[in-house]
Amino acid sequence: MSLPTRAAHRTFVFDRHARRKLFSHGIAVLSGLTVIAVLYPLVSIVYEAFALGGSVIFQPGFLTSVPPNACSSLSCNTVGIGPDVQGTLIVVAMAAGISIPVGVMAAIFASEYRAKGVGRAISFTADVLTGVPSIICGAFVYGYFVVYYPQIAYSFYTGSFALSAIMIPIIVRTTEEALRVVPNATREAALALGISKWKATLRIVLVAALPGVATGVLLAIMRASGEAAPLLFTLLGSNIWFQGFNKEGAAMPLLIYFFALSPYPNQVKVAWGATLFLLSLILIVNVVSRLLIHRMRVRMGGV
Amino acid sequence: MNPIKLRTEHLTAFYGEKPAISEVKLDFPERAVSAIIGPSGCGKSTLIRCLNRMHETVARARVEGQVLLDNEDIYQLDPVRVRRRIGMVFQKPNPFVTMSIYNNVSAALRFNGRPSREETDRTVVRSLQQAALWDEVKDRVDAPAVSLSGGQQQRLCIARALAAEPEVLLMDEPCSALDPIATAKIEELVGKLKDEYTVVIVTHNMQQAARVADYTAFMYLGKLIEFGPTEELFERPKDTLTEAYITGRFG
Repeated sequence: MSLPTRAAHRTFVFDRHARRKLFSHGIAVLSGLTVIAVLYPLVSIVYEAFALGGSVIFQPGFLTSVPPNACSSLSCNTVGIGPDVQGTLIVVAMAAGISIPVGVMAAIFASEYRAKGVGRAISFTADVLTGVPSIICGAFVYGYFVVYYPQIAYSFYTGSFALSAIMIPIIVRTTEEALRVVPNATREAALALGISKWKATLRIVLVAALPGVATGVLLAIMRASGEAAPLLFTLLGSNIWFQGFNKEGAAMPLLIYFFALSPYPNQVKVAWGATLFLLSLILIVNVVSRLLIHRMRVRMGGV
Repeated sequence: MNPIKLRTEHLTAFYGEKPAISEVKLDFPERAVSAIIGPSGCGKSTLIRCLNRMHETVARARVEGQVLLDNEDIYQLDPVRVRRRIGMVFQKPNPFVTMSIYNNVSAALRFNGRPSREETDRTVVRSLQQAALWDEVKDRVDAPAVSLSGGQQQRLCIARALAAEPEVLLMDEPCSALDPIATAKIEELVGKLKDEYTVVIVTHNMQQAARVADYTAFMYLGKLIEFGPTEELFERPKDTLTEAYITGRFG
């Protein structure tokens, strides 16, 4: 094999170098453009929400009065999403009450009691359920109840069941992941002390995984608070305050859905106000919970 | 020789279909330190994990034969009860990271019963003293366990095991993750523990066995080759394999 001459070698190196540099810059510019593509929708949503909803949420009675009726005169200025905030809090709390125990228990079974593929089946099911379109969850719950318990087909019960179908897989997956990160040495230490398996699991392993579990639960709650589709056939929507668990009710995403399609400007305005409020709520809960979870992790010695 | 506290008969342990130890017959005398030595992979850790039924917690692991504690086969008893009578210290210090020093030591007590505050306090102090850690931590028992050094964490794990008031203490290479000073402290501690407990210690370090153990077992390829008083085993080994190992010709 003959070596290239010195000069030829140099030009070759230079060319290769220049080409690499150009390619590198090109990729950097492309990646930069994709970042803009990712950020643009988020920024514009937040911007629009502030621009169109900013004035609405500070109007008197926004959180304490019922949504306005359709009004074509320009002088109708009353705003309110009180029942919708109330309804969202109730239906999400009910859904959390169902899905936290179910999701966490299923994850414990999948991760700690891997009995002959049952655990793997749970993980797989959770994965598949995560991908089910949320409107199908709502339609399914509606379909079941309208046949067997028609009197509560439109109610907080069915609404919370439909939201649970969205929350449970999220909680199962994150809890499972959090449990898997707990070192096996912790389980062995507990068992070797003569602590029974269920106590070791619930009171030592689960506690060590708590920051991760909390993250998953909050993720699920935030996701459920913003869902309109599963509630369309179940909670249905309403313009009045809470009437009972077995009655249809209001929720912020439903109000946004209905009012955004309204031809009356006063209702569209309220939809923007609700958008901003929901967005801020989710953002605040997100940031605060992350801080709390971080503090929990630090207190646990960074595990 | 003290009366026999723990005895194995035809003990064979499997991972899947493959036996890791086979037909081990050993007698561990009461209130004495027995060491198990042997090259890596000889099954010494598997053996010690069979003695408190920890081996079976691994997936597809299985045990045949008998382990007799006071002439009672522990494989006929509830494993949870067995582990309360036979405590264990692991290779790497494994304190409960979410708990304070105090809560680590009192874990067995708190999770296995409803002790009074005074009872818990007494047990924590006694166990920490027995593990020679009390003087170092008495002002900060509520500090997180992970704030301790590695050697201190290992003594904490010893204290935690002792707090359960076991009859036998199993130690699986308790010094392998520690520096020489921490190792010396643990060895000194082991020497004291035998006044009250039957201690079985696995070690890859022959000098350590010679220093701490009254009896030593040599294992090779899953079989027990020789067992006897430490001095005898090291100075007048009966088996040529033992001799080859302790003189450093293999392993």
